[in-house]
Amino acid sequence: MNAAQISDILTWGTATAYLIAMVAFTINLVTGRGVVASEDEPDEDAAASEQRSQRRRQKSLGIAKSVLILGVLVHIAAVVLRGFAAQRAPWANMYEFTVVGSLVAVLVFVIVAMRRKVWFLGAPVTGVATAAIVLGLTQLHVVADGVQPALQSYWLVLHVGVAVGGTGVFTVGMLFTVLQLLRDSYDNGSTLLRGEGAAGRGKPILKTRLLNLRWLESLPRASTLEVLSFRVNSVAFVLWTFTLISGAIWAEDAWGRFWGWDPKEVWSFVVWIVYAAYLHARATQRWTGRRAGYLVLVGYACVLFNFTGVNLIFNGKHSYSGV
Amino acid sequence: MTPDDKRSYRPEGMADDAALLDESSSDPASDKSESGSATGTTARGNKPPRRAVSDIGFVGMLRFIWRQLTSMRVALLLLMLLAAAAIPGSIIPQRSADPRGYADYIAQYPERVEWFNKLQLFDVYTSVWFSAIYILLFISLIGCILPRTKVHLRALRAEPPRTPRNFDRLPAHHRIDLGAAGEAGQVSVAATGADPDGPSTAQENSSLKPSQPAARADSSAKFIAQGVRYLRGGWLRRYRVVTETEPSGAQVIRAERGYARETGNLLFHIALVGLLLSVAAGHLLHYRGQVILVQGRGFANAQVDYNTFEAGAWFDPQDLHPFRMTLDQFDAQFRLHDAAAQDFTAFVTIDDDGQTSQETIKVNHPLEIGGAKIYLQGNGYAPVVTVTDAAGEVALSGPVPFIPDDQVYTSQGTIKVPDVTSGEQFGLVGYLLPTADQPAPNTWRSIYPEPLDPMLVLTLWHGDLGLDEGIPQNVYRLDTSRMTQVTDGDDAVTIVLRVGESIDLPEGLGTLAFEGLDRYVALDLRHDPSLAYVLISSVAAMVGLAMSLFIPRRRMWLRVRDGVVEAGGLAKTDDFGLERAVRSLAEAAAYGQPLDDRDSDTVTSD
Ligand code: HEM
Repeated sequence: MNAAQISDILTWGTATAYLIAMVAFTINLVTGRGVVASEDEPDEDAAASEQRSQRRRQKSLGIAKSVLILGVLVHIAAVVLRGFAAQRAPWANMYEFTVVGSLVAVLVFVIVAMRRKVWFLGAPVTGVATAAIVLGLTQLHVVADGVQPALQSYWLVLHVGVAVGGTGVFTVGMLFTVLQLLRDSYDNGSTLLRGEGAAGRGKPILKTRLLNLRWLESLPRASTLEVLSFRVNSVAFVLWTFTLISGAIWAEDAWGRFWGWDPKEVWSFVVWIVYAAYLHARATQRWTGRRAGYLVLVGYACVLFNFTGVNLIFNGKHSYSGV
Repeated sequence: MTPDDKRSYRPEGMADDAALLDESSSDPASDKSESGSATGTTARGNKPPRRAVSDIGFVGMLRFIWRQLTSMRVALLLLMLLAAAAIPGSIIPQRSADPRGYADYIAQYPERVEWFNKLQLFDVYTSVWFSAIYILLFISLIGCILPRTKVHLRALRAEPPRTPRNFDRLPAHHRIDLGAAGEAGQVSVAATGADPDGPSTAQENSSLKPSQPAARADSSAKFIAQGVRYLRGGWLRRYRVVTETEPSGAQVIRAERGYARETGNLLFHIALVGLLLSVAAGHLLHYRGQVILVQGRGFANAQVDYNTFEAGAWFDPQDLHPFRMTLDQFDAQFRLHDAAAQDFTAFVTIDDDGQTSQETIKVNHPLEIGGAKIYLQGNGYAPVVTVTDAAGEVALSGPVPFIPDDQVYTSQGTIKVPDVTSGEQFGLVGYLLPTADQPAPNTWRSIYPEPLDPMLVLTLWHGDLGLDEGIPQNVYRLDTSRMTQVTDGDDAVTIVLRVGESIDLPEGLGTLAFEGLDRYVALDLRHDPSLAYVLISSVAAMVGLAMSLFIPRRRMWLRVRDGVVEAGGLAKTDDFGLERAVRSLAEAAAYGQPLDDRDSDTVTSD
């Protein structure tokens, strides 16, 4: 077995660890305050069950954290081995991009969570990371290999490295925004999110009680989530700016022009503009909160499309996906 | 985005002084919650009265348009429009970015060509509508920069603002009651956090001791001095500090930091204008040419020597730096098992005004001469052929570049023979296979990119090549509209030729000899005097952006009265570190240094 194969196995292991962590994080979330305290229980029982759920919360969080850390270590090992196998920075095609991007997202989450105690983000982050890694392994996987002459440059390390990083950080920002929007709807009395189904013009449209997101109550307020999202997204925006600049410098050397409106360039530009609009929207009074949140979702959709659609559908100079 | 238009734009990081100083106006704390609000409902309800456009006159009208254009709302709209307008150009192949895709597209959808041309959909990024959006955006941007620069220059010289009477109304404040002067043993702490989700602080019971006024004044001075020292210590904690004594006898410090936030913000926006101007200048001054250079041949940097040449409106042919270049050798390395390209290097000799030097050009490593860069854009093979016509005269002799189509360099090309002494013009079209392999009768393919066993596989046409009308023609395509193919019964005659072989062409057209195989390189020469400015502008934009996003702008106040040290702080934007900074200031003033030795003023405003 060679380094590349071991790397693949470790990557599968990473996905497994994240999946387990996600389950534990989810248990931690839904056994939150709002969910267990049911009203018809006698008082002593309530206290006891409160205590019990408190213990369960602590325990599930502990498990989630340890499995997550284990997953991160395996993840790092997998990426490093991949680099060894290919004899270059391990982020030159879509498969590697997905794997390294999820690593960045998870790492950013761990760093933010340690400083701000936002462990509630663990479930979505590990969920997204698991999905991305599995998609990468099953759909985008290519054999570890060197790269063509056009990519033999230290800009591969910088430009693509920062692009991967930026994408990972954007992912965390987007998840904060999703929670912010959910929490905001919940607080404003969304019946759908309270497990009462949805109604339109007095008539029930959706009679689902499945969607009972009472755990949202244990999250910080929407405004705090919004600020967290802004912090993370502004870091990602700076990284993205650097991605564009370094890409342009590289393009000047590799393709003989720094900007030529190649599909990847167009969409990177669109992403940049949408997030720029988001930052500006936040500065005006009428566009704060929910609306700014929607812009984050639009921006992230563009990031995703730039990565998937542009690589797979359009035929540009950036066709390095290896798929 | 004029500063007097507060409703539409509140510059980030710029405290709005009116709200802060006039204590009777809005609660300063509410400004903070607004910027972090997630509901969008906190916008102040009182809109400015709208005047009817008709009764403001022409100048008023112009001012109205200017106001609208420079408002944040319009800027936002233009930004979104710009993003949307950029998208079609990624879907429809663009004439300049993707000429091949464009050619295929118009061949596939001829019925769309006319109205796509009308809407400039093949030239989105130079189209009138795309340009209109970004020009408006940049006007809006300039309209935003100018007044803000003025305001900021004033703010840079201004003193930190007056001390609020009541710190309780600030988003963060911290109070330390030292009781008798300097006796830090009995401390009462009361603090409220700006963030309701943050840790709440309990209020401890205080036991105030009677104190002596003289000692108090002394220690007040000491507290103030310690506070000032704290606010000025460390390179990230450079507050601008003013101390004064209030009429009530209380001593206060007012301090402000983070002016660089707004400086960075302005730098970012100004740099964007710089970027646009440099790119525009580059468009006007640049030139670009392509040349195909066969091994052993030379080329002079003059417009006539280029295969294609294109330049900006302000380009002066004098700008072409006169040098000569010869391609001595071209090295290509491929991997044996899958023919993947490993490395390309062109070795050239440059003759620059009598000074010769040996240079190399590689992918990713252009060669720079006299302000121009030479890029290695492609490479391929040029079979060296000699063609004689029906009369036995040499009609053509030399290398003919073929264009590689795939990884194993199956190359397409044409050999056009217009200069025949007698008889019809003729042309050969087909493939060059660097390493030929015959998997089935009458089928050849290339299996490796190196010329291990080169072979030409061609078909023959005769008639009118269409070269005499002066219409530019693709040298790699044969216009067969006025030609007939030489056939043998129903099948086209296929000519298969190895190196060193020669053949008599059918129908007595002449002979063709395949004498050898040369390599050629496709070089791109480009000169753009604005590059340095483009780079400087973009890096400046990024630095400014980071400054304006990550430098917290804070105002802090400290008041010492009757053995009570009280600190308060205000930040215009979300500032996670504010609370800790305020606590640290109070503690530094009271005890000489913050109790919590973690520095609160990290760049990320932790
Ligand atoms: C102005 C020019 C450029 C821009 C705006 C740009 C933008 C981007 C962006 C946003 C990504 C993120 C990943 C993705 O969405 O696929 C990316 C990835 C990448 N870029 Fe660039 N880039 C530029 C120039 C270049 C050049 C000149 C090269 C190499 C010759 C290059 C090579 C790559 C590679 C190999 C990846 C990873 C590909 C993948 O994951 O499929 N880029 N670029």
